[in-house]
Amino acid sequence: MSPPRIAVVVFPGTWSDRDFLDVAQLVGWNARAIWHAERKLGSVDAVVLPGGFAHGDYLRTGAIARFSPIMPAIESFAASGGPVLGSCNGFQVLCEAGMLPGALLRNDHLEFRCDWQWLRVEAPASCPAWLGQIADGRPIRLPISHGEGRYYADGATLSQLEATQRVVLRYAEEDGRVTPDANPNGSLHSIAGITNGRGNVLGLMPHPERAAEAEVGGSDGRLILRSLTTWLAEQPAAAERRL
Amino acid sequence: MRWIAEVHVQLRPGIADPEGLTIAGGLRALGFASVSEVRSGKLLRVSFEADEVDQARGQVEAMCRRLLANPVMETATWEVRADDEPSEEARLA
Repeated sequence: MSPPRIAVVVFPGTWSDRDFLDVAQLVGWNARAIWHAERKLGSVDAVVLPGGFAHGDYLRTGAIARFSPIMPAIESFAASGGPVLGSCNGFQVLCEAGMLPGALLRNDHLEFRCDWQWLRVEAPASCPAWLGQIADGRPIRLPISHGEGRYYADGATLSQLEATQRVVLRYAEEDGRVTPDANPNGSLHSIAGITNGRGNVLGLMPHPERAAEAEVGGSDGRLILRSLTTWLAEQPAAAERRL
Repeated sequence: MRWIAEVHVQLRPGIADPEGLTIAGGLRALGFASVSEVRSGKLLRVSFEADEVDQARGQVEAMCRRLLANPVMETATWEVRADDEPSEEARLA
């Protein structure tokens, strides 16, 4: 079986695209970069919005990027059930675009935080394409690197996210306990990652692509990236998505 | 006709504003003991063309809704003025 085709979207100011492309082969992907000014994705099996500072993060993180020419194609792809991952700045873009609820605000301590971070994976069945290979409740360790990662949504939205098990990653201690001390940015409910109602779109602040090789200090990111490879291989030969 | 809009964007009330908290702490440290709160925000000055004032106000409201403010966490208020006219106020809830 040929490896799945993954589009890695590059906005002006994106910086993690190379890391995703670099680890693609390790996780069984046939990945290629796609410039934000394109209007079509072509034939792809999944889309990744990497981290960085798209359009300088001016006005708000993701505010300009969400109007990029490529975004309607990504929204259509997601609406048809295609797997979409937004990491860090990509998560911020997905929220601005309304593809995920809420917003990411300035860290509560005002510092840019670049560190290794323990996370608890919750309800992976809510997001099988990206978390299907990870056990419920398992702590994983990934890098974070952001100044604006404080997840915010209003009370009704938070209640709905919790009730429908769409909070799939929380900042945690090494043993998986979610504590105030483990929260690196003041995110409500210690939220590090959420999925949409259909479970095909995952937004997370941490960087799985920066932790896919033991040589760089950890390989837990591979669990997420390889989950997609496995999930795609298990899907019945679906009609080609050409958008 | 040329118009100028001054748009103020702020976090919604109740959303923690660490920048404002830090500035308030700085003011108190300087002896302004009566400072109870600072809320930070941003000011955007937009120059644009419109035929008349209602059209100008409508354009600014549309700019706020489409791009300038994210209603998930922000509110926007604005003033629209022509060069030689007194300022007009409007508010986005």
